[in-house]
Amino acid sequence: MNALITISVLAVLVLYLGLYKANKALLPVTLLGLAVALFFTINHWNVFTGPTFNDMMSYDNFAVAFSGITITSTMLILLLSKGYFEKISDHVAEYYSIILFSLAGILVMVSYHNMTMLFIGIEIMSVSLYILAGIRKQDFASNEAALKYFLMGAFSTGFLLFGVALIYGAAHSFDLEAIKMHLETNLQTGQAISPLFYTGVVLMAVGMAFKVGAAPFHFWTPDVYEGSPSLITAFMSTVVKTAGFAAFLRLFATCFYPLHDFWMPVILVITIITLFAGNITALYQNNFKRMLAWSSISHAGYMLFAIVSLGSEASYGVFVYAIAYSAASIIAFAGLVLMQANTGSDSFDSFNGLGRKNPFLAFTLTVAMLSLAGIPLTAGFIGKFIMFSNALSSMHTWLVVLAVINAVISIFYYFRVIVAMYFKDAERAELEIPLNFKVVLAISVVATILIGIWPAFLPNVI
Amino acid sequence: MQDIVKTIQGVPLNHYILLSAIIFSIGVTGVLIRRNAIVIFMSVELMLNAVNLLLTAFSAFSNDPAGQVFVFFIMALAAAEVAVGLAIIVMIYRNTNTIDINVMNRLKW
Repeated sequence: MNALITISVLAVLVLYLGLYKANKALLPVTLLGLAVALFFTINHWNVFTGPTFNDMMSYDNFAVAFSGITITSTMLILLLSKGYFEKISDHVAEYYSIILFSLAGILVMVSYHNMTMLFIGIEIMSVSLYILAGIRKQDFASNEAALKYFLMGAFSTGFLLFGVALIYGAAHSFDLEAIKMHLETNLQTGQAISPLFYTGVVLMAVGMAFKVGAAPFHFWTPDVYEGSPSLITAFMSTVVKTAGFAAFLRLFATCFYPLHDFWMPVILVITIITLFAGNITALYQNNFKRMLAWSSISHAGYMLFAIVSLGSEASYGVFVYAIAYSAASIIAFAGLVLMQANTGSDSFDSFNGLGRKNPFLAFTLTVAMLSLAGIPLTAGFIGKFIMFSNALSSMHTWLVVLAVINAVISIFYYFRVIVAMYFKDAERAELEIPLNFKVVLAISVVATILIGIWPAFLPNVI
Repeated sequence: MQDIVKTIQGVPLNHYILLSAIIFSIGVTGVLIRRNAIVIFMSVELMLNAVNLLLTAFSAFSNDPAGQVFVFFIMALAAAEVAVGLAIIVMIYRNTNTIDINVMNRLKW
């Protein structure tokens, strides 16, 4: 709770700093405020007593864990943004504060206990992101990304809300616990559950699948990710995706759990389509940024595993996977930002010969690609391992076989980057890596390898 | 207030559900087939208003104010969305002199 207040106040404070032209103070104040929010979040661990604010919010360990990841990833991404937004426009303070507002929405999304708060959280996050996607006002790609994201986001919100309305009509409540009670009593007494409820669950699944970018509702993702400024894309594909899955999991793992047999096949089909659509299309990309967009779709597929199998490890699986995926993506996007700033290109060829000139950057990118591909001794492997073993224990053998095939496919496009860096020669100057990039790259690489070698390092916090 | 609830309850609940579903479907169809950004935008509003109508009807029939409170939240957040959305459309109009979404095809796989 204190974290949410800190971040909201911080966003307004940053706006005032911009008003008084204190541009130098923006980044330090934002990072300091986020550190305070992170401290409050961690401080809240294991003190959960029950939902607060008239049962609107519940700050349980699940909320603490996911708030922790999202705040930390945001700090790392903001650390990369030193000097980045200044190139886009003079009004720098607004970017920081919109990102912070978006983060406030995300904290609501991961800790809701009522459909109202789910809706409000998603909207606070999305409306901020529509602005961030279109922040390059003169750039046509950015405009297009903003419009597509806005229209698709508003469209999916419509589905989500219609689902909420139908569930309200059947269960007469927006409270997650009350809806679950309604389902359980109906199932126990043998009363039929209203068809409105079933329709509502499907519509909500569609709305959430839109938000996390799962196929067949993924078509906006590559365009939006490619058109937005790279750091905003990094924010969308790590923090926003993690929050989307936390919200998805909380809704389906707790509230709709009694209807698992009904909605599981729906999510199963979505998962399989997402895996194949993401991985196969990523194979054909020549642009690194667009490849990352498609790979984020395929990772959405792996994270959906947790919702399909819903074992006792489901939340922990998403937690580990989100950390692994966020750390690797932040490295990849940091490399992309450096590459765009220095060569102006984001094709695979622009990475040629990087291994000789910038060994450190090439090494970190290699670790990131290995982690995304799920090679052992990286965090990505541990994330996939927990997801797959979870799915196996709930008898989804075929799903795991298909997923392993997809993991093999994904190795091809991730290794293209490594091959370009180490085995292709090109005349190039050494890239200058600023200190803040070095810090972020080092933190992410250490986290990736540490979790990969010693998974118990991450306690089961949920 | 009680009068309004009585009036709402004068029509069977199924009719409200059917009407909302029809309005919602019109909205979805509009989003999918129209090419003008403003019209798509209006169709989205139609979808949201179908939800508002449905929530009000459910709320009146179950004598529970939570549904009507939710409607206020939807209205407020839809207004915020409209503000941002119109700004995006104006930004695009300034750059391209059109709001036809078919020109939005620079980013292609």
